[in-house]
Amino acid sequence: MYETNFHKAATAQEAAALLNASEDGKILAGGQTLIPTMKQRLADPTDVIDLSGAADLRGINISGDQVTIGAMVTHAEVAGHAALAALCPSISQLAANIGDPSVRHRGTIGGSLANNDPAADYPAAVLALNARIRTSLREIAADDYFEGMFTTALEDHEIITAISFTAPTQGGYGKFPNPASRYAMAGVFVAKSADGTVRVAVTGASEDGVHRHGGLEAALSADWSASAVDGVEISSDGLLSDLHGNAEYRANLIKVMTKRALG
Amino acid sequence: MKIAMTVNGKSVSRDVADNTLLVEYIRDNLRLTGTHVGCDTSQCGACVVHVDGKAMKSCTMLAASAEGAAVTTVEGLAKSKDDLHPMQVAFKENHGLQCGFCTPGMIMTATDMVARYQLEGKTLTEESIRHELEGNICRCTGYHNIVKSIADGASKMTSV
Ligand SMILES: Cc1cc2nc3c(=O)[nH]c(=O)nc-3n(C[C@H](O)[C@H](O)[C@H](O)COP(=O)(O)OP(=O)(O)OC[C@H]3O[C@@H](n4cnc5c(N)ncnc54)[C@H](O)[C@@H]3O)c2cc1C
Ligand code: FES
Ligand code: FES
Repeated sequence: MYETNFHKAATAQEAAALLNASEDGKILAGGQTLIPTMKQRLADPTDVIDLSGAADLRGINISGDQVTIGAMVTHAEVAGHAALAALCPSISQLAANIGDPSVRHRGTIGGSLANNDPAADYPAAVLALNARIRTSLREIAADDYFEGMFTTALEDHEIITAISFTAPTQGGYGKFPNPASRYAMAGVFVAKSADGTVRVAVTGASEDGVHRHGGLEAALSADWSASAVDGVEISSDGLLSDLHGNAEYRANLIKVMTKRALG
Repeated sequence: MKIAMTVNGKSVSRDVADNTLLVEYIRDNLRLTGTHVGCDTSQCGACVVHVDGKAMKSCTMLAASAEGAAVTTVEGLAKSKDDLHPMQVAFKENHGLQCGFCTPGMIMTATDMVARYQLEGKTLTEESIRHELEGNICRCTGYHNIVKSIADGASKMTSV
């Protein structure tokens, strides 16, 4: 690992100030992506600003059907939150299946969304739930946030502070994990809101990262059932082909994972 | 920078570079070499320790992030050489290791999982043990005896 200067921020505001003052600084959340990247010398930030002491980025808040999750909330905390599991079991189940127990004890929802790995789980939930990403500067709608593999609408020194969404009336997540890495080879999050709107987001499968699937949304709007998925054409255009599976295989996985998401 | 924390119940403090990993602090600075490094991709779990009571990969964390924390390594489990932790006894009795390289991480992951399941009042089935071991790789045993050891250790850990 290259040399770096370590700072611990007590609040999001302090972190933003430290980040602005640094030459080429990076935020450190759970470190489950950043530390391995730095160890491999693929990242060499001049400064590392640790958010683990920022109490204002912690906590899960539920009021009626409104959910707010602080950026520094870990995957284990999301998975283990009883009131959230009662209101929105799909996101609890998603968090419980990210990586392994040690990764879930440190990895955070804010870090996962900032990183936007094309095979990460949370981006599918956030896009399907039509969530809002709150930052140190503004609020960003999920539809405007994800801009392709490892790319987001975040500006250089912008810090995610929280994620909020309205709990869906029905929802689920189906994931086919890569057996070695546990990341999604295809993950599909389906959500139906109180006004009947259906959103379907697919992660892991596409060259452009997480995306919505219009065909699946139309079919499930008309009929919220696994059999409705059968008639949907899933194109393999733009899907990933790698040693784990080709584009046609992933197109089929999207269909199967959608059915699993529907339970 | 000066980094202080509690390791296995003792206060420690060392002057180290900002980019020191927690596992380097533990192994190189404190000379507690029970915690192992088996990969550079955060996937093998040989380096698992408890930080403030939770299992974490000490290779995927800066020592500076653990400033002020209470860390337990595998050396901190046994009361003495003759009074091993029930999970260590279970690994010994069930032949839960061959070369032993993965064992410290397995045992730290196992004690964390048993404590969590007991706290939540959930039963640890063979299937859940296998799922919980997702982040720990063993290149010798084929896992069967590790799973057996953890189930046995869990039954011995009722008062933890
Ligand atoms: C073995 C292993 C298995 C894994 N399996 C999965 C899996 O199955 N599914 C999955 O989705 N993920 C998986 N992950 C990734 C894990 O979920 C990470 O925790 C996550 O992607 C990054 O979150 P973090 O809190 O660790 O962020 P960090 O690693 O600390 O940061 C990641 C990036 O985001 C930036 N950042 C962090 N927080 C903020 C913020 N609040 N505002 C702005 N920028 C920020 C950082 O500067 C950095 O560039 C796995 C990781 C490992 C090591
Ligand atoms: S050495 Fe930490 S996961 Fe392999
Ligand atoms: S006993 Fe040799 S790696 Fe597990």
